[in-house]
Amino acid sequence: MTDGTEHQHKVDPYTGKATTGHEWDGIAELNTPLPRWWLWSFYATIAWAFLYWIAYPAWPLISGATDGVLGWHSRAAIAQDVADLVSLRDPMNAKLAASSLKDIENTPELFSFARAEGAAAFANNCAPCHGAGGQGSKGYPNLNAGRWLWGGTLEQIQATITHGARWDADPETHSSLMPSFGRDNMLKPDEIVAAANYVRSLSGLPTDPDANLAKGKQVFADNCAACHGPEGKGNLELGAPNLTTKVWLYGSDRAAIINRINNGGGGVMPAWGAKLSPVTIKALAVYVHSLGGGQ
Amino acid sequence: MSLSFAKRLPSHRFLETHSIWLVVGIIIVVAIGGIVEIVPLFYLKNTIERVEGVRPYSPLELAGFNIYVREGCYLCHSQMVRPLRDEVERYGHYSLAAESMYDHPFQWGSKRNGPDLARVGGKYSDDWHFDHLRDPRSVVPASIMPGYPFLETTPLDYRHIAEDLTALSRVGVPYSQDMIDHASDDLKAQGAPDSSGAEDLQKRYPKAIVRDLKLDKREISEADALVAYLQRLGAQVDFKLYDDKANIR
Repeated sequence: MTDGTEHQHKVDPYTGKATTGHEWDGIAELNTPLPRWWLWSFYATIAWAFLYWIAYPAWPLISGATDGVLGWHSRAAIAQDVADLVSLRDPMNAKLAASSLKDIENTPELFSFARAEGAAAFANNCAPCHGAGGQGSKGYPNLNAGRWLWGGTLEQIQATITHGARWDADPETHSSLMPSFGRDNMLKPDEIVAAANYVRSLSGLPTDPDANLAKGKQVFADNCAACHGPEGKGNLELGAPNLTTKVWLYGSDRAAIINRINNGGGGVMPAWGAKLSPVTIKALAVYVHSLGGGQ
Repeated sequence: MSLSFAKRLPSHRFLETHSIWLVVGIIIVVAIGGIVEIVPLFYLKNTIERVEGVRPYSPLELAGFNIYVREGCYLCHSQMVRPLRDEVERYGHYSLAAESMYDHPFQWGSKRNGPDLARVGGKYSDDWHFDHLRDPRSVVPASIMPGYPFLETTPLDYRHIAEDLTALSRVGVPYSQDMIDHASDDLKAQGAPDSSGAEDLQKRYPKAIVRDLKLDKREISEADALVAYLQRLGAQVDFKLYDDKANIR
């Protein structure tokens, strides 16, 4: 502000105030001082910045930033936060870890804690496939219906959550897979249609007027019964669904069943043992078991 | 009003009456902030963690990455689990700088209309991703994500995949000449588990997930590439082995 010293003391005739001496085309700027509150707030922020530099990591130097006298570190801070949370849950989680699934379900205190922990984990990890209420959708099993592919006891649910289904990275995963009878030419088209009609008849659904159920029964006995059982009641060991109920994973219409026989395969579920702690999986098993379909 | 520039170079009046010099002055002042805040990140060792397992994208994953960028997924999905307790609870370990060091451009994002995707790899099945890309509401009724049904019907154009690798190698991604030469073969091999190329692929790109394409016997689709990319996100570092404390420095 050394500029225009010749105008320094010039006074604006209209307001009676001194001007800064800056003048453009005859228009001068009044020398109005900054409000005190603003000025001191500004000085305070500068002082704060100096204190911050001293207290926290701040200036980058050659091999690292200045550490700050408080020794705060964002990576250490989050580690501490998570550790605090874990220690808060530890007493109850230790009880869950030490109790059998059956005991958890029969002890109201443990049950309500496990359900709460399980519900949170379910919403985060399971709901995208199985639905917010475990209702499932086409290709993703309903967990409320009491019809289970891999078993509906607490232990079976726990095992399925831990190891998943057809999840290659887990050696203990449920791995059996329905063959592609049509695509791999194991059955002829007319055999597939006959088998599909027979499968529909198992749960009392209407069949084609010209359906050859005797042939369908024979095809079923030769190809399907090994996994789905002679009466189509399914097999939990193999994840082969019961075909005699009203619960259908991929739909019960003629086209859907023909599609399944043609292409086979099966749903894939991640092995959560790799992502979630054993206690969380226990809580999840209890929660899923309590949804209404548990056995 | 005549001014002697030489004498009055640093003056207030000079800068306020000479717009080009004013702009130059502003750039210098703003650059100081940038130099202090950004430049040290290029040489300070504690900004990138030492981790095992992060490798460059395989060609199919890279093609998926390019589709992720093309479709603007980053506009609604971040890829940055922040070091905050609630985020770590929901998504898993906070993101490490090393996990996105081969992303050009990085996909950290700043908007979360949808969930963070930094750790989505391995969280859902491939089938789920295909269903979800085709029609998000078929699996998540409350979703507001648009459907991308065209991805699975559009054959992947990978004619330039080797050039993509070359370009990335020029900006520091460690693609070897061997990787660049076999880019096209590796891309095809990742969708063909029984092919002879699958083994070579996994030698070049450890832990690459080789799986049958959806509705096999069809060409590789854009959805195949995108899902290959998504299934790898955040799944490279084994956090059971990762030592948090070693990187508190």
